[in-house]
Amino acid sequence: MPEIKITPLGAGQDVGRSCILLSMGGKNIMLDCGMHMGYNDERRFPDFSFISSEGPITSYIDCVIISHFHLDHCGALPYMSEMVGYTGPIYMTHPTKAIAPILLEDMRKVSVEKKGDSNFFTSQMIKDCMKKVVAVTLHQSVMVDNELEIKAYYAGHVLGAAMFWIRVGSQSVVYTGDYNMTPDRHLGAAWIDKCRPDLLITESTYATTIRDSKRCRERDFLKKVHECIDRGGKVLIPVFALGRAQELCILLETYWERMNLRVPVYFALGLTEKANNYYKMFITWTNQKIRKTFVQRNMFDFKHIKPFDRQYIDNPGPMVVFATPGMLHAGLSLTIFKKWAPNENNMAIMPGFCVQGTVGHKILNGAKKIEFENRQVVEVKMSVEYMSFSAHADAKGIMQLIQYCEPQNVLLVHGEAAKMEFLKNKIKQEFNIECYNPANGETCVINTAVKIPVDVSLSLLKAEAKKFNALPPDPKRRRTLHGVLVMKDSSVCLMDVDEACKEAGINRHVIRFTSTVHLHDPGSSLSTAHKLHSLMIEKLPEWSFTFTDGSISVETVLVKVEGEDDDQKSVFVSWTNQDEELGSYILNLLNSMGH
Amino acid sequence: MKLYCLSNDPNKPCHILTFREITLMLDCGLSMQSVLNFLPLSYVYSNRLHNLPVWMPNDGGDTDVEGELRENGDRIFIDSLPEFCPPLDKLIDFAQVDVILISNYLCMMALPFITEGTGFQGKVYATEPTLQIGRLLLEELVTHIEQCPKANFASQWKNIVHKLPYPLNESFKPKSWRQIYNMANVNESLSRIQMVGYNEKIDIYGALQVLPTSSGYNLGSSNWIITSDHEKVVYLSGSSTLTTHPRPMDHHALKNADVLIMTDLTQTPISNPDSMLGLLCVVVSLTLRGGGNALIPCYPSGVIYDLFECLSIKMQDLGVQNCPMFFISPVADMSLAYSNILAEWLSSAKQNRVYVPDEPFPHALLLKNSKLKHFKHIYSEGFSTDFQEPCVVFCGHPSLRFGDVVQFIELWGNNPRNCIVFTEPDFDYIEALAPFQPIQMKVAHCAIDTSLNFTQANKLIKDLKPTTLVVPECYTQPPVSAPTLTELVIENNSDRTLIPYKWGEVINLPLKRKQGQIIMETEVAQKINPIEVKTGISLSALSGALTIKDNVHNMTSFDAGGENKLQKGTHYEWGLVNVTEFLQKLAQEGIIDAKVEPSGNGVMIHLQDEDALIQIEDSCTHVLCNSDELRLRLRNILMQCLKQF
Repeated sequence: MPEIKITPLGAGQDVGRSCILLSMGGKNIMLDCGMHMGYNDERRFPDFSFISSEGPITSYIDCVIISHFHLDHCGALPYMSEMVGYTGPIYMTHPTKAIAPILLEDMRKVSVEKKGDSNFFTSQMIKDCMKKVVAVTLHQSVMVDNELEIKAYYAGHVLGAAMFWIRVGSQSVVYTGDYNMTPDRHLGAAWIDKCRPDLLITESTYATTIRDSKRCRERDFLKKVHECIDRGGKVLIPVFALGRAQELCILLETYWERMNLRVPVYFALGLTEKANNYYKMFITWTNQKIRKTFVQRNMFDFKHIKPFDRQYIDNPGPMVVFATPGMLHAGLSLTIFKKWAPNENNMAIMPGFCVQGTVGHKILNGAKKIEFENRQVVEVKMSVEYMSFSAHADAKGIMQLIQYCEPQNVLLVHGEAAKMEFLKNKIKQEFNIECYNPANGETCVINTAVKIPVDVSLSLLKAEAKKFNALPPDPKRRRTLHGVLVMKDSSVCLMDVDEACKEAGINRHVIRFTSTVHLHDPGSSLSTAHKLHSLMIEKLPEWSFTFTDGSISVETVLVKVEGEDDDQKSVFVSWTNQDEELGSYILNLLNSMGH
Repeated sequence: MKLYCLSNDPNKPCHILTFREITLMLDCGLSMQSVLNFLPLSYVYSNRLHNLPVWMPNDGGDTDVEGELRENGDRIFIDSLPEFCPPLDKLIDFAQVDVILISNYLCMMALPFITEGTGFQGKVYATEPTLQIGRLLLEELVTHIEQCPKANFASQWKNIVHKLPYPLNESFKPKSWRQIYNMANVNESLSRIQMVGYNEKIDIYGALQVLPTSSGYNLGSSNWIITSDHEKVVYLSGSSTLTTHPRPMDHHALKNADVLIMTDLTQTPISNPDSMLGLLCVVVSLTLRGGGNALIPCYPSGVIYDLFECLSIKMQDLGVQNCPMFFISPVADMSLAYSNILAEWLSSAKQNRVYVPDEPFPHALLLKNSKLKHFKHIYSEGFSTDFQEPCVVFCGHPSLRFGDVVQFIELWGNNPRNCIVFTEPDFDYIEALAPFQPIQMKVAHCAIDTSLNFTQANKLIKDLKPTTLVVPECYTQPPVSAPTLTELVIENNSDRTLIPYKWGEVINLPLKRKQGQIIMETEVAQKINPIEVKTGISLSALSGALTIKDNVHNMTSFDAGGENKLQKGTHYEWGLVNVTEFLQKLAQEGIIDAKVEPSGNGVMIHLQDEDALIQIEDSCTHVLCNSDELRLRLRNILMQCLKQF
């Protein structure tokens, strides 16, 4: 049995630094190449030494596929390609190709300039890495080489996020990256056709959650923001520049408009404007509604949301600020947090998932004091709210995707181990298919059934179809195909036996047997033949008989009655060697009648 | 496999291809040459057009046509809403069409005629830009015509076509001409289109696979590759090997087709699009410098994007950069907006700008700087305030029979300082201008057609190596406009079969399917037992259960059930029976009374005691025997004398 091997280097029973190695049909594919935001040491990158303990990995990897621009999915890409060494192709969608380098550069600056991290990739490395990227469009079938084919499907989640279908020979895998099965304010829902892969590798961030309706959460969010500014507080919303930020901006923009609010809303300068520009230009990747109305009014031209300036931090009075990064682990959002946290009137809304070790994760877990590396201690008196706006599929969504694409096996990544167990059991129960969740570095082997496409001569198929169609329709009737596989040079073709002999240039030899049975049956020979016919139909219900001019035939067996107006009838039974079983059975049947 | 040709205009193609019991329509272009026979539609009352003398046939009869025809110069025009010549509907019932493949937005203007009110239930495939921009073209056309309601509807003239002067007497099938569809039809029709991406494999009922590849002609334009397991048909429509704004043409996928259908070659075989573009920029800039206005009749998308770009640069060079450009079309805003969000469909140079991120086309900047302004109509709010002369106006329709262009000719036609520049190749500019004659404004003809010319097409064919090449008949003869230029044809070559076709014909294409494909399961494959019958040739008899679902054949092993007990043997005998050897073996078995006689092509062996006959020939042996015990012994011996696979 051919197999598919999967080894997560990251995101195995974990969230962060997604990187999954996939081997099938002699091809090795790297799915995502992310970094872990929670670590500052070597654990932030996947362990590439698994692939090759030393030196570049180009010769071990046929292609790298990046699902979307989030850093936990592409953050280690320049490290892998430029520092570890990989010169092969890297596939991603156009928006991902446009946005990923900006986020990478942004993160690089935070790591190197703020944290003083050495041994980090440089700006030039990001550029060199991006030169290896091949941009793909949705549904386009891309042949990586003669045997390896990939195809992207819309995944929702963030602008340009894609799921990838990967095929080698008759084996196929779908890798989801992060996806979202419900449309939101700016993106559509993930979609895939019934591609029936051997394996579905799906994220499982919200493996145990069934999220309440989006509208309720939005109302909740707006209420909390409104209450906070009413009491004169400041609202900090740490976000990543692209993705949730745009959705929340659309939400606040419309609310401010409707409620006629005057309190300033700021968006951290820099990335924002650029980010919104990307959304404007890749509007074909957003949802139906935005696409339809973009000519009249581009959703990403905000009236109420203004760029933020550092000196506004100490401004008196209420305000709402969107600042990057989203997990409060560095940068402007952390600076603002340090200033605003000690005031109980203020509020931080965490709209997305925070990985372990980040300040975001700590305050979400109720930490009242945060100690920083420089011994600075910040008291957290501001209220902290978690709003799950992260566009991941919830348990219902994951089940829905399985239903859509009908995989033979499911493998869970990008989630917490305990939650995965729960979902794993549910999948096994509901779909009766195998489900796996390997840990990082653990290899999972999945056996797949092979289906071999073989050429077949049309005359063989047509003869079968003609025979089948001549019979009265019966849904239970089995169709059979008898042919000869001709293997000549490098070609293989299934043919009719005579055609095959001709092709091979050999002389087929047909052996035919004829036996005579004497029956005592008065009446015309035709009436005897009819009797025999009904008897055979009764005894051999599975077979199809034809009756012409007093002869009965089934397959190559021929039964003929002779002896007109004579009590004694001679019945000839004749068959070819291939129908020995059937022919001798019928002969015996007639013999037993005679006695 | 058959090909039906439903359009008489190779640049507005419409074909039907039947293959593996699937009926495919390849493009549904709408020929608009018929509109040139009609009077222009003006939404402001035009004294001149209205007072053109009424034309009557010389013989004085046929009073029915009175008022239907008007005369200007040596031409007569029909005073009625314009009519169009839709694809031929006599050869095929559109309800039978399974799939429509659209190559580019210029080849889909007949879609509502095909899909609405015909019982059509199939699927329509087109790329996203083809759908979006196609929608703009259809909407513009309907808006242009509907905004000028005309009370009279002329039809009697169709009965006396033979009595009418040239060119009306030669008009093509006037009785089949129809008025344009309405907006509801457009919306209904377009809602049937399923958007596809380049190189997206689309399964057609399991029988065929179709795949669009980039054709480099305009935004989203594609060539279609239609394949079954073993056959490949390529439909090549509007294609370009020049570098303009769209994604370049994908050659590779088109190679080695069994059948290559090639249509929609250039309409300007003699002129070079680059020099025409250069000429246009100079003509327009000089007109502006002389204080005149330039009028450029155009479609609302396509070459105009390149015109904006090149013209603005040239205007800068010649110091007339302060003259505004106006783009007037009911869909101008949409066209400009869409062009800047379709980055994935653009040339890599334009695409790379998006990564910055900048708008891919410079007209976004021209709009920002107010060098380019767009309006829905000339009566739209703000136009009269912004309007300033001299200026450049881009507007439709290129036939000069409807749209804002009619108003601009009325406005500027009498001033020789103004200039009208023809860029779209679809209409003969002299015919287009005929109802407006005499005019004083200058006329420049700079038709820009980027689709393949004959040299490029012949080179491409050589490169693609199709077995059979199918082209419109007119491509096998020099163009009517230049009958001496015998190089302007598709070359015939002994390496391939060339099949010309013309309107209304049904062509049998020489593609005989010999092989299909079957999917074999592991259990079946495990039973393969190859026996080498000759050096390099192995055979293995193979049987299995056949399941057919969605035209996909699957071969599975027989499940172990009682019903299979009388199953066919899975071996076949071959070779010759050596009679001497056979007799020896019989003797070894104790059968020694065999009497051998020659019979027919072989021998007849009579076993007298047992009363059995064995007739042996080269390719068959017949055993007549009533004792089953003996028969099985004979069977055994015979099989020892023969080889098996």
